[in-house]
Amino acid sequence: MRKERAGVVFQEQIADHIYSLSLKAGFAKEVKPGQFVLLYSSDRSRLLPRPISICQVSRETGTIRLVYRIAGEGTREFSGLRPGDGIDILGPVGNGFPIADFKDKKVLLVGGGIGIPPLLGAAYELEHPVFAAGYRSETYLLDDLSARGRVLVATEDGSLGVRGNVLDAIRQEYQKPSELPDAFFACGPLPMLRALAEFAGEQGLPCYVSLEERMACGIGACLGCITKTAGVDGHSKVHNARICTDGPVFRAEEVDWS
Amino acid sequence: MTGKPSMEVELAGVVLKNPVMTASGTFGSGMEYGEFFDLSLLGAVVTKGVADVPWPGNPVPRVAETASGMLNAIGLQNPGIDVFIDRDLPFLAGYDTKVIVNVCGHSEEEYLRVVERLADTDADMLEINISCPNVREGGIAFGTDPAAVEKITKAVKRAARQPVIMKLSPNVTDIKVMARAAESGGADAVSLINTLTGMKIDIEKRCFALANRTGGLSGPAIKPVALRMVYEASHAVKIPVIGMGGIASGEDAVEFLMAGARAVSVGTASFRDPLAAPRAAQGIEDYLIRHGLTDVKDIIGCV
Ligand SMILES: Cc1cc2nc3c(=O)[nH]c(=O)nc-3n(C[C@H](O)[C@H](O)[C@H](O)COP(=O)(O)OP(=O)(O)OC[C@H]3O[C@@H](n4cnc5c(N)ncnc54)[C@H](O)[C@@H]3O)c2cc1C
Ligand SMILES: Cc1cc2nc3c(=O)[nH]c(=O)nc-3n(C[C@H](O)[C@H](O)[C@H](O)COP(=O)(O)O)c2cc1C
Ligand code: FES
Repeated sequence: MRKERAGVVFQEQIADHIYSLSLKAGFAKEVKPGQFVLLYSSDRSRLLPRPISICQVSRETGTIRLVYRIAGEGTREFSGLRPGDGIDILGPVGNGFPIADFKDKKVLLVGGGIGIPPLLGAAYELEHPVFAAGYRSETYLLDDLSARGRVLVATEDGSLGVRGNVLDAIRQEYQKPSELPDAFFACGPLPMLRALAEFAGEQGLPCYVSLEERMACGIGACLGCITKTAGVDGHSKVHNARICTDGPVFRAEEVDWS
Repeated sequence: MTGKPSMEVELAGVVLKNPVMTASGTFGSGMEYGEFFDLSLLGAVVTKGVADVPWPGNPVPRVAETASGMLNAIGLQNPGIDVFIDRDLPFLAGYDTKVIVNVCGHSEEEYLRVVERLADTDADMLEINISCPNVREGGIAFGTDPAAVEKITKAVKRAARQPVIMKLSPNVTDIKVMARAAESGGADAVSLINTLTGMKIDIEKRCFALANRTGGLSGPAIKPVALRMVYEASHAVKIPVIGMGGIASGEDAVEFLMAGARAVSVGTASFRDPLAAPRAAQGIEDYLIRHGLTDVKDIIGCV
């Protein structure tokens, strides 16, 4: 983890309220898929860092790509960044997906809403990635995903793919257990992750979920960002793991979903 | 002028190489920030509150940003004194800095159990948190009644081998009364301010931003209030005052020293800049050099 001033290489709007931002980052070579960065506002009244997942990394050019949705004032400010601008960032933060254990396995990468970006980076390190992507209506990043693997699409309004949520798409696709993937990597809203964890549990398949929580330090010191865990955590010896540094990726069984 | 100015300050016989320490709960036990800088640059590390047994803390969301500040309701999650002594104290012993252990409890007995366990460790000082707004019993309940402050201070002093700092709450009508109560209980120093109780509401979801409903406000937003209270407290008691609340730079730290603080803590500012505490120490030294001063003690309480 390092804090540095990163240079903006490129930024474009790719969908309604959704932006793709490329930054030159000194730590790009160390990045693992599923890790994230902290972005600091240039307005000192916005004190806390904004955690954003690393969508893709180019180790050759030392750049990272972030894809984010405008959710408030901080992300609105970032959407105004132009090539040549600088921004304070800290990274890479977190554990990332367990790529090495599943490199040559068939992994279904399940994303909902603004949880899709980190799955793209994971797909570039896996040999047989398949995506399941859930959108409300307008899709984004679909061309990028398709370039890397097959994509099952679900939209809530039925405008593309299966009408419903991403779990509906998965159930429809994998009707025979023999066709099921070897594992799931997922990022998205909590209800989606909970449903997927249950589905994977029923099938006896490994499932890894990337969780979100409000953060203050972003580096493991403040205990602001915990998730309830099934077992006693290593740091505080209670049932709370820090999402920022013990996660954000957890094996589904580690999480207390109640 | 030759050489560097002297940055040393002394608290109840403990000499700090500079007046800057970390604010409890914002710095863990230093392991995470130790990845960013050499902890030996600090006058002292003040650790996260530790209780006699592990505490799970509050439900999430535990933190929320506010204008130039933040609210937290961590609820004093901590691994308990056994893990702390086995893991955290040995880690800190590897650095050339003083170690101040922040202690929390729900009752006098719980505070005393921790204080007694710390007696035969090499912790340099104890800071007793009687001002946490985020736990129902204990914490702030002790910190807002002068008779209770004096009583718990006496009890802790009797059990403690190290010098005792009582950490005061700003959620009181008159901070001077609380500082005097700690002094008459035998405290070796007081530290202030802990967070100011606040609230934030998410109007889209029509709910509280924090699961705990209320939380403690910290950061630059509270600095003027903190500074006023540090000034009042340091003129009300003879024991040293440790000042904190919104310090983010050397200039901020100098303000607190001038108001009467013998030492200062950097808290929330570390969340924005992991190097905020060592930078504040450097900033104080730069200020002294810029003004041709040879000793930091010359500015303490100078206004
Ligand atoms: C590990 C992790 C990875 C993330 N990756 C992405 C990503 O790749 N793309 C993306 O668009 N979003 C991502 N998010 C969510 C993103 O952090 C928030 O949308 C963003 O912080 C909102 O900031 P704001 O100033 O625009 O909103 P405001 O609502 O003004 O922010 C106020 C405060 O709340 C915090 N906050 C608000 N929403 C969230 C949230 N959902 N999660 C955590 N903190 C929040 C902010 O950081 C800030 O401290 C991620 C969150 C986490 C925890
Ligand atoms: C996330 C967080 C956790 C805290 N935990 C503790 C604690 O465990 N014990 C304590 O005495 N004070 C605790 N505090 C209060 C700080 O030590 C400090 O008094 C207060 O935040 C004001 O300083 P600041 O504005 O520089 O942060 C905490 C503050 C924050 C923001
Ligand atoms: S945000 Fe501070 S511990 Fe995770």
